[in-house]
Amino acid sequence: MADTLQFDLVSPERKLASVSVTEVRIPGTDGDLTAMAGHTPTITTLRPGLLQVVHQGGTDDYVISGGFAEIGPDSVSVLAERAHPRGEVTQEIYEGMVEEFASAHRDAQAKFENEPGPVDDTAKLLADMVAVGTHIGLDPKQPNF
Amino acid sequence: MPSLKDLKNRIASVKSTRKITKAMQMVAAAKLRRAQDAAEAARPYAERFDAVMAGLASSVGGSDGAPRLLAGTGKEDVHLLVVMTAERGLCGGFNGSIVRKARIRASELLAQGRTVKILTVGKKGREMLRRDYGDHFVGHVDLTDVKRVGYANAQDIARDVLGRFEADEFDVATIYYARFQNVITQIPTEQQIIPAKFEGGEEADTALYDYEPGEEEILADLLPRGVATQIFAALLENAASEQGARMSAMDNATRNAGEMIDKLTIEYNRSRQAVITNELIEIISGAEAL
Repeated sequence: MADTLQFDLVSPERKLASVSVTEVRIPGTDGDLTAMAGHTPTITTLRPGLLQVVHQGGTDDYVISGGFAEIGPDSVSVLAERAHPRGEVTQEIYEGMVEEFASAHRDAQAKFENEPGPVDDTAKLLADMVAVGTHIGLDPKQPNF
Repeated sequence: MPSLKDLKNRIASVKSTRKITKAMQMVAAAKLRRAQDAAEAARPYAERFDAVMAGLASSVGGSDGAPRLLAGTGKEDVHLLVVMTAERGLCGGFNGSIVRKARIRASELLAQGRTVKILTVGKKGREMLRRDYGDHFVGHVDLTDVKRVGYANAQDIARDVLGRFEADEFDVATIYYARFQNVITQIPTEQQIIPAKFEGGEEADTALYDYEPGEEEILADLLPRGVATQIFAALLENAASEQGARMSAMDNATRNAGEMIDKLTIEYNRSRQAVITNELIEIISGAEAL
């Protein structure tokens, strides 16, 4: 079976998945990428987004809030700071995740008044997180953003 | 010579003490299972994280552009000791051994003329260090209300530590906690977290990777997470160690209470017998006198 790879998704608190898959769609910081068997070994950081795993039984979606992924020719390991299977993400969990980034954004705004760099970075992360919500059909409740 | 009544009361009180220590032991055993499971569940993440970081650090580490969290500030004047202990006592030498380790280091550093700052996590360590090192305290993290340590707790502590590092409040940070080996043995451990140290870089293995974005950006992104990961691992080890230490301490206490009860019971029976003998002598000698 040359066309499958071993996929592991771990968060600091637990191991969420360890399955054999055909393809993994990863929300990388510099853009989305799809890993299939035989991919060049790559390490990429992640932005908040939807991680999609395609295997024989269908597609699994996970909402992740950042971290990094290690891609090898026959394995993909995603180390996510926070990760939830899409089905488990309730409005409440989602709002918690958005709030985390919103508060980081506010902190950055307060701290770096005359430096747009860090503020923009946090704004981007927040926007990514908000975008996930619209994508999976939850209300981001961030009208002023 | 205590009276019969006194002895009886003593036995009753030791018995209830034994009941309490027995209950505490069983609670600790149950909590230990959970803490061990949590520590186990966190291991895959930490291991992979370390492997990737070690590879990155060994390839970027030497260059001038290495982040401050890895390269350090170039000085070693101000040390931050993060002392992690329990919120509760009655767990044998657990808190004491961690504090002792930190204390030795602190006095060494002070003797070398360095500045020592102490951040305490957990009430017990703070109480023990207050008298000698109270002036060096810079902060305290209270986990009394936390039933189960989560990654969020570690992140909060990491954020605090990193904030201080960015504000140039210290040069080197070290954490103190007890590594769980088994129920009897917990090893007090010191671990330097800033500047970051990684064991064994597998250069040949990781040099093959493409990095997206660049190596240095990834490293800059991951180093702060590494601090949180290490603190989280330490918190989990500590939680397991605390319950393990409490379990064996309470096991000892239960056994001691049992011995005490046996001793008191023998004493009680002897003095009861003595009273009976006395009464008999009185009756017999009274009858003979007639």
